[in-house]
Amino acid sequence: MKEALLKEDVEYWRWQEYHRVFSEKKWRNKDIITAGVDVGSVGSKAAIMIDGEVYSWGVMRTGSNSPDSAKKALGWAMEGTGLRVNDFKYIVGTGYGRVNVPMANKAITEIACHAKGANYIWGPSVRTVLDVGGQDIKAIHCDETGRVTSFLMNDKCAAGTGRGMEVFADLLKIPIEKIGEVSLQVNEEPPPVSCTCVAFAKTEAMGLLRKGWSKEKVLAAYTHAMAIRMGNLVKRVGLEKEFVITGGQSKNIGIVTRIEKALGVKCLPMPNWRENGLDPIIAGAIGAALFGKALYEKAQKAKG
Amino acid sequence: MITAGLDLGTQTVKAVILKDGEVVSRGKAFSGFDPTEAAKQAINAALKEAKLSLSDISHLTATGSGIEMAPNANSTISMMGADAHAGVFLFPKARTIIDVGAEEARAVKCDDKGVMMDFVVNERCAAGAGTFIEAMARALEVKLEDMGPLSLKAEHASPINASCVIFGESDVVTLIHRQESKPEIARAIFDAMADRVSSMVHRLGVNPDVVLVGGVAKDVGFVASLKRKLSIDLLIPEYPEYAGALGAALVAARRVKKV
Repeated sequence: MKEALLKEDVEYWRWQEYHRVFSEKKWRNKDIITAGVDVGSVGSKAAIMIDGEVYSWGVMRTGSNSPDSAKKALGWAMEGTGLRVNDFKYIVGTGYGRVNVPMANKAITEIACHAKGANYIWGPSVRTVLDVGGQDIKAIHCDETGRVTSFLMNDKCAAGTGRGMEVFADLLKIPIEKIGEVSLQVNEEPPPVSCTCVAFAKTEAMGLLRKGWSKEKVLAAYTHAMAIRMGNLVKRVGLEKEFVITGGQSKNIGIVTRIEKALGVKCLPMPNWRENGLDPIIAGAIGAALFGKALYEKAQKAKG
Repeated sequence: MITAGLDLGTQTVKAVILKDGEVVSRGKAFSGFDPTEAAKQAINAALKEAKLSLSDISHLTATGSGIEMAPNANSTISMMGADAHAGVFLFPKARTIIDVGAEEARAVKCDDKGVMMDFVVNERCAAGAGTFIEAMARALEVKLEDMGPLSLKAEHASPINASCVIFGESDVVTLIHRQESKPEIARAIFDAMADRVSSMVHRLGVNPDVVLVGGVAKDVGFVASLKRKLSIDLLIPEYPEYAGALGAALVAARRVKKV
């Protein structure tokens, strides 16, 4: 009985927080050490770069207090590096809570940072970036330097966002990190759910489960609908190759394959982020740290 | 002449029986999994109250989102059409009817005869419908029926950015953590919802008199917020949730006369 109760307590939406130091690169005081802190509505990400190369990062859940979340994320990226806050030449805050990053020298929008970060991760051929965050979706068009040329954003509705995915992970009792693979475990792709509103889609999903649909099939129908919605946002901003996905959903294989199908193009392959540090979830923080480097160099030049 | 109107809503089915242009009885049942059965219950409850039987009804008109599941219907009318007829019947000067139900909200523009001329509808997003208040009441751990009276006790407005039920739930939790008082949070919830409904109504244009119907019209908190947002007085009938069924019964009576 006790065990059964405990099982009910599992928080399926809760994702693993993670942190990494690429210690083959040693920092020295004369290096340009910069940091980008991306305080999102759901996740807080910090990236530390040395002379414009990824050195370490930390990803954790955003708490109810943005300045605290920013400090914790940066603290986690610094863990085991020997770095102190004074060692940073420049810190840029970005994301939903960017104005609440206390140690930042400057705040830059996450749209600019994601484009910059995607350009760094995948190279100058990237033209379209879909950033799927916890509470919003942005379709960004950029040039070969990673400068934003246009963008569209949906921040009024949970459909397609990471938060909406968490709601479905909880409803179907599937760990959030598995929902991508599980949604692909169907013999045939079911038609998408008809409601895009997550609240209504939940009701619709419960009806489908009662009708005898498997969890996998319901999840496939929901993921399918969300991918179409995201694909439409990309079409509206104008899809131009190369196309990449950043943010939490970049690791949801169920979303990625269905967006590719909806748009009829392949995304650039997921980098080997565990080895090289080029994690698409950190794209915004990487972009912010790169802006930090550019801003520091500009200030140095002005000083003469 | 006796006619009946059935409104098969997403949450409840309502029936109204009309005799020579006057409402004689009403009946209601939860839609549940079987709206057809619920419709039978609603109409039987109304018939019983009026001491009538099904065979006494010369024409039954159905409306509502479950319209195709209506039993014994002689004809159907759109939800907007039903709202327009009911609005002008209840308040002859009504030219705009706002109907906020469990999962849908609409605004209808009509002429002096209750004929619908234009409408706007929100059926895609739960943030502009009764579901929103239900979900927020759960997050706030307050009974749905206590939400309205509670919100009226608020001393100031603390706006939340809730444009979505899913985000609204976390916004409410944030406000609780910030130790905002429950009346203030309840008021913020109604203000957020009234914002959505009023922007929908503004797309249609506000032509006085304005009538508010649908189950949500019974919520004093929502009514107060919507009045503030629209800066206009709202006419609310005694049984706002029966407006759709009443409109259908009125249409039924017209159709009998025509035959």
